[in-house]
Amino acid sequence: MNTELLGIAVSFVLMLIIGIPLGKYLAKMFAGEKVWTDFMKPIENGIYKLSGINPNEPMDWKQFLKAMMCINMLWLVYGFFVLMHQDKLPLNPDGNPGMTADLAFNTIISFVVNCNLQHYSGESGASYLIQHFIFMFLHFTSAATGIACAVAFFKAFRDKTTTNLGNFWQYFVKAITRLLLPLSIVIALILTFNGTPSSYAGKDQFISLQGDTVHVSRGPAAQMIAIKHLGTNGGGWFGANSAHPLENPNYLTNITEIVSQMIIPIAMVLCFGYFIGRKKIGWVIFGVMMIGALMLLIPSISSETGGNSAIAKMGISQPTGAMEGKEVRFGPTATAYWSTFTTIVSTGSVNGMHDSTMPLTGLWQLLGMMINGFFGGCGVGILNYFIYLIIAVFISGLMVGRTPEFLGHKVEAREVKIAALITLLSPFLIMAGTAIAAFVFTNHGNADWAVKPSAWLNNPGYHGFSEMLYEMTSSNANNGSGFEGLGDNNIFWNVSTGILMILGRFLPIIGPVAIAGLLAKKKFIPESAGTLKTDTVTFGLMTFAVILVLNALSYFPALALGPIAEFFSMPK
Amino acid sequence: MKTNLMKSIRLTLVLIVLLCVIYPVFISFAGKLSKGKGDGETISVNGKVVGYANEGQSFTQQKYFWGRPSAVAYNAAGSAGSNKGPSNPDYLKDVAGRIDTLLKYHPYLKRSDIPAEMVTASGSGLDPDISPDASKIQIKRIADVRGLSVQQVTDLVAAHTEAPLLGLFGPAKVNVLKLNVALDLLKK
Repeated sequence: MNTELLGIAVSFVLMLIIGIPLGKYLAKMFAGEKVWTDFMKPIENGIYKLSGINPNEPMDWKQFLKAMMCINMLWLVYGFFVLMHQDKLPLNPDGNPGMTADLAFNTIISFVVNCNLQHYSGESGASYLIQHFIFMFLHFTSAATGIACAVAFFKAFRDKTTTNLGNFWQYFVKAITRLLLPLSIVIALILTFNGTPSSYAGKDQFISLQGDTVHVSRGPAAQMIAIKHLGTNGGGWFGANSAHPLENPNYLTNITEIVSQMIIPIAMVLCFGYFIGRKKIGWVIFGVMMIGALMLLIPSISSETGGNSAIAKMGISQPTGAMEGKEVRFGPTATAYWSTFTTIVSTGSVNGMHDSTMPLTGLWQLLGMMINGFFGGCGVGILNYFIYLIIAVFISGLMVGRTPEFLGHKVEAREVKIAALITLLSPFLIMAGTAIAAFVFTNHGNADWAVKPSAWLNNPGYHGFSEMLYEMTSSNANNGSGFEGLGDNNIFWNVSTGILMILGRFLPIIGPVAIAGLLAKKKFIPESAGTLKTDTVTFGLMTFAVILVLNALSYFPALALGPIAEFFSMPK
Repeated sequence: MKTNLMKSIRLTLVLIVLLCVIYPVFISFAGKLSKGKGDGETISVNGKVVGYANEGQSFTQQKYFWGRPSAVAYNAAGSAGSNKGPSNPDYLKDVAGRIDTLLKYHPYLKRSDIPAEMVTASGSGLDPDISPDASKIQIKRIADVRGLSVQQVTDLVAAHTEAPLLGLFGPAKVNVLKLNVALDLLKK
């Protein structure tokens, strides 16, 4: 085995070694059992006291969601104004200008919803103040929001019949003090001791060996990059994200960053099983997700290491694979590995440019975001998967002629309606969004915007279409990576993707938590011979089939126009 | 709603202090103990900074080893890849042009000797490294221009080839700036 394959193998193993015990820990911690991080209690109590919060106040699903939405809306307002006026605020050593209204609108939604689509470039578009006080702040809080909502959903199935989903503030604060902050400190230290800058010094200037004057962007980046991955956020300090040699200086930091973005999504899935006292269901879900992940990962690696056939035709050797948009210190294998995981979990950070990956790799990236339930983002991944589960329960129920049940609660018309609506939402937003973009591009090419529609695309033909499809898909999935050739800092993309991001975030949180709240209220039906068992391999396969069928039916036409058509147009 | 809003405002303020002041300031102090003191690790020649160890810089002169093509011309105040798709005809023309340039300056090479990274732009535009193969193809040119023996330059490249992490994980690489700094010293 070559060293590049060994490198991803060790990343994979580390991810499991850390993620699995973390799941058990999270289950105990959120259940309020004794754990070793109990020493944080005084700090948490201080936070509750200063904020006027009673952490033990029970909440039903409506109260829970209201509290969650309230604080999230507050961040939207706070961030919007700070972004527009960063030029007048301190901690701006490089003198970056304030954002335009449409860019600020897009950017603040992007960070509040854990998407981190970036239509600005970190070096020239964001002061240290907003990098820390808005972006890094939201990296923590958006991840904690997702985790808190997932725990409420777990809570609904822990008790037999209940209206109490727990306290939003308590889950939210504990997610930060006992998970995100301690791990971020560890990761940030690893990064800063491997060369990522962490001081507040502004741009530097030097004369290069050849005599050119070079300016170097720097800043307290290690702090932000740690939580950017841990919280599946993905919004980088520098424009080139984790391909940047200061953001991701060597192979060790690369392993650290790719492992840290996977551990919470994996832990949350297992946490579900442990938390409700049925660890088998956690493992079955884990199995389904892992099979899905590997089905996207293996062909991605094969297509990237195969290299670009058009370049091979010129007689150039591609010993490790396709190198456009990639960094020598990682190599195509590690970039393919990263690109799969960053798109199935909603991180969206990149260590190589997705726009330049091979057509089929682009296909798997898009599909990973469209499914958005193979591990998925912090907390929200399991919520997305829950929607697929409800659909699978419903269809299985119809197939065997029994009333569909999930964990002892009858699934009835209301819950299935919500699940169906959420399922339809993603294809609707992605398809309608891409269709409108394609329409504007072809019919209003000269509209007087910051970037004229005729100049949006960095690549002609099928690949250009993929750029638009990718942007919409990434926004809806709250992923945030991009085919970055797209000229996206103009009113059309800022507003349209802003709307997609906010709908694609909150409806898929509200839906599952509402379903869980509604189910939890119902009478508990003890398991009998007639119960549809949801923690079996058979049911896992059923869910997997539902996921494949739903997504293939929804997205195949669009994918055929973009990456699939491009693949067939490449020289063989 | 109103009580939620008050709690939200107060909690936000408390968390800003914890997450945006205490946490990053602590890390930045810890970073002072690292090699570059948290400012980024620099490389100096005769006490003058000539570059950042982790960031590539533009080398176009014949006497230096060349790095990879860059979409931002190695301007480290920004960073970006080319974002060119694999089937883009203009992009493929650029690649063909880079191949011709390389062959012009290295007439002793066959096309199949040229590794892909020397004709493709990096992801960040600031890639500091090239593969050992990409440095080997330039040895003869450097030796000729500088009047050194091929063996001398080959030894230097070998000394600056960094093995994979722990010898096991990831690709081997050569940091172009460090190699060129050593090359200048060799002459003296």
